[in-house]
Amino acid sequence: MERNNQDYKAAFGDIPGTLVFTAERARKGYWLNQFCMSLMKPENRKRWLANEQDYLRDWKITAEQKAALLARDYNQLLALGGNIYYLAKVFSTDGLSFVQAVSTMTGMTVEDYQAMMAAGGRSPDGVRSIKEGK
Amino acid sequence: MAKITAGVATSHVPLIGVGIDQGKCDEPYFKPIFAGYDWTKEWIAKPENKPDVVILVYNDHASAFGQEIIPTFAIGCAEEFTSADEGWGPRPVPKIKNHSDLAWHIAENLILDEFDMTIINEMDVDHGLTVPLSAIFGQPDAWPALIVPIMINVVTYPIASGDRCFRLGQSIKRAVERFPSDLNVQIWGTGGMSHQLQGPRAGLINQKWDQTFLDDLTADPERLRQIPHIEYLREAGSEGIELVMWLVMLGALTNPKELHRHYHVPASNTALGHIVLENGK
Repeated sequence: MERNNQDYKAAFGDIPGTLVFTAERARKGYWLNQFCMSLMKPENRKRWLANEQDYLRDWKITAEQKAALLARDYNQLLALGGNIYYLAKVFSTDGLSFVQAVSTMTGMTVEDYQAMMAAGGRSPDGVRSIKEGK
Repeated sequence: MAKITAGVATSHVPLIGVGIDQGKCDEPYFKPIFAGYDWTKEWIAKPENKPDVVILVYNDHASAFGQEIIPTFAIGCAEEFTSADEGWGPRPVPKIKNHSDLAWHIAENLILDEFDMTIINEMDVDHGLTVPLSAIFGQPDAWPALIVPIMINVVTYPIASGDRCFRLGQSIKRAVERFPSDLNVQIWGTGGMSHQLQGPRAGLINQKWDQTFLDDLTADPERLRQIPHIEYLREAGSEGIELVMWLVMLGALTNPKELHRHYHVPASNTALGHIVLENGK
């Protein structure tokens, strides 16, 4: 186990197509993620769905994060400090399953994504390491 | 004296809960998922195997805990817990009743053994805890065992190392064996196996790596406890890191013997893994 925090975190950056939820991301996404938590209450879900822009006014979320939320751009939300288990409250409120929501981050249609999963999922070959290309 | 008699590990994919709650278990997609639990259901219903208490190791998925408090290791000590509303309404499952005397006893012993547990007296429990109960006990009016919830942070990094989780399991075992009542205790590890729910690499599954992990629960526990986080992330996907929670279970067992194994791809975005281990001597 790596005990040097710098080296520990540096290795995370070498995984293709993956954003590990480090303290830096958690700090950046604090209010974005806390907003997501508010959608665990049915009355808040109702208010959010009725007027998303209005609902967001109460939250200390950056303009960039707000735009990504309104667009349901999950890759962008991850890059702006969102975490998938928090963002799950947003797509669950939209009535989307994990498969439907997760597929939007892969550049595949949901049908193609489901077909890939049914065929055994995405192989780790070639997507383990950016540096080593394996 | 209380005794840990078995370890059970299972994925806790939300879709398993959906299948049970919506009566879809016989649909072609779900059938092979649930078939692998039939053996366990029969095994656990036998009087000699039926646990009085299950110590259930899981992670909260931003349900009881948001970003405001992030305990690395926590233990639920309240008398009972209810199912959390994760955005689609709470799962319709019975209340989870704790063995509070045992939970407090474990909490005290772990802290004296230098595991600085966070004690939780109020919380709702999410799919991480309720899906394993449903997969193994089905849909009873009341859960047939008392549940001691142990929560591990696997969301916000850094999380505890696999080896630290294993040693937590060893400490839990010592605490259980010091509890004065005769109790049949099982320890369950949940989450995993390979899966990634985020980014362009989402959908990653590594069957070979998963199967070796299952093999080594009995063949080479020492290797498993040394796997660094980066290996889980690269080989088993960003959410495959949940497998460190299986190591808490493993640490609480001595020379475990494999009784049953189930592995199926896919359950939603996930490689579903389930194993039953008898505790040895």
